[in-house]
Amino acid sequence: MAVAIPPFETFYERHRDEVMAFLGRRLGRERAEDAFQETFLRALRAYHRLEHGEHLRSWVLTIASRIVLDDFRRRRPPGMMNAAEMPELATRDERPAFEELAPLTDGLPHTERAAVVLRYGYGLSYDEIGAALGSTGSAARQAASAGVRRLRKEHA
Amino acid sequence: MTTVPISLDERFRAAAAAEGLLDVAYDLVEDTPVGTLLVGVTDHGVCRLSYDPEPERELEELARLHGPRVLRSARPVDRLRRELDEYFAGRRRRFDVEPDVRVVPEFNRRVLEELSHVDYGETTTYGALAARSGSPHAARAVGTVMNRNPVPIVLPCHRVIGADGKLVGYGGGLDRKIFLLRLEGSIL
Repeated sequence: MAVAIPPFETFYERHRDEVMAFLGRRLGRERAEDAFQETFLRALRAYHRLEHGEHLRSWVLTIASRIVLDDFRRRRPPGMMNAAEMPELATRDERPAFEELAPLTDGLPHTERAAVVLRYGYGLSYDEIGAALGSTGSAARQAASAGVRRLRKEHA
Repeated sequence: MTTVPISLDERFRAAAAAEGLLDVAYDLVEDTPVGTLLVGVTDHGVCRLSYDPEPERELEELARLHGPRVLRSARPVDRLRRELDEYFAGRRRRFDVEPDVRVVPEFNRRVLEELSHVDYGETTTYGALAARSGSPHAARAVGTVMNRNPVPIVLPCHRVIGADGKLVGYGGGLDRKIFLLRLEGSIL
């Protein structure tokens, strides 16, 4: 039987400290506060559409990671990446492929994970991913394929 | 592990309610003359008022009845909190917040609708309420409806007593029924 979806309060109490710690490490205390609120508001907007209560920890940490990425992108100097090419996160949130990826990619090294998620979850081009990660398109392609190879091995 | 600052926690809870993202906002109303109450509010009104709340069980039930987006949030509950304060201070004779009984079965809803017309300082009987609800022989069923009233005090099931004048029973315990009827001046 599928794990039931807990009341949001229960979910929130269970994960808020870990999300706060994660965001604090990535963004620093001050920016982490806005990101914290945005993470749980996004989770709340999607919460009634969840079909089961599995992997909720991975799910909320993935949302937090996306917000960290957004924050980094906004702070990147203009010209590094064209804003018009940014994925529309609100609509990408609907993509089921992304939710599947979240728990799967948990164990990957950071760069590989980001590359896999941005490529197969968001559908970004390698050039875009390279820009988002502060490297190049070909480095992004290598990271994504290394990540996929690792996943294949782990889930074989 | 980092803990979330209280001010941030409260800001999130307020934002969640302000954006209209909650199926139910709830909070505890502490230190009333009838103890701590748990109060739940939807966009349609107050859907829950519980005596002696066991939060975990309450949350599960609110989520099952109204949807999983159940979150403690003080602000949506403030209006009812104020009205309860006034009521217990003897300065309020009826509640302006609407009860939300959409999830209540049809017969129960009809009885609760009739119950809402029993005014402060008055009492009625199970049989009379059954008759007014269109089911004159359903006094016992009306007793069950009172027992399962999701919003006691606001929907005044404490004003329903036996035909012989006995107070009979109360979901929150007979002591509370006596307290509320005394507060309203219905009994000595």
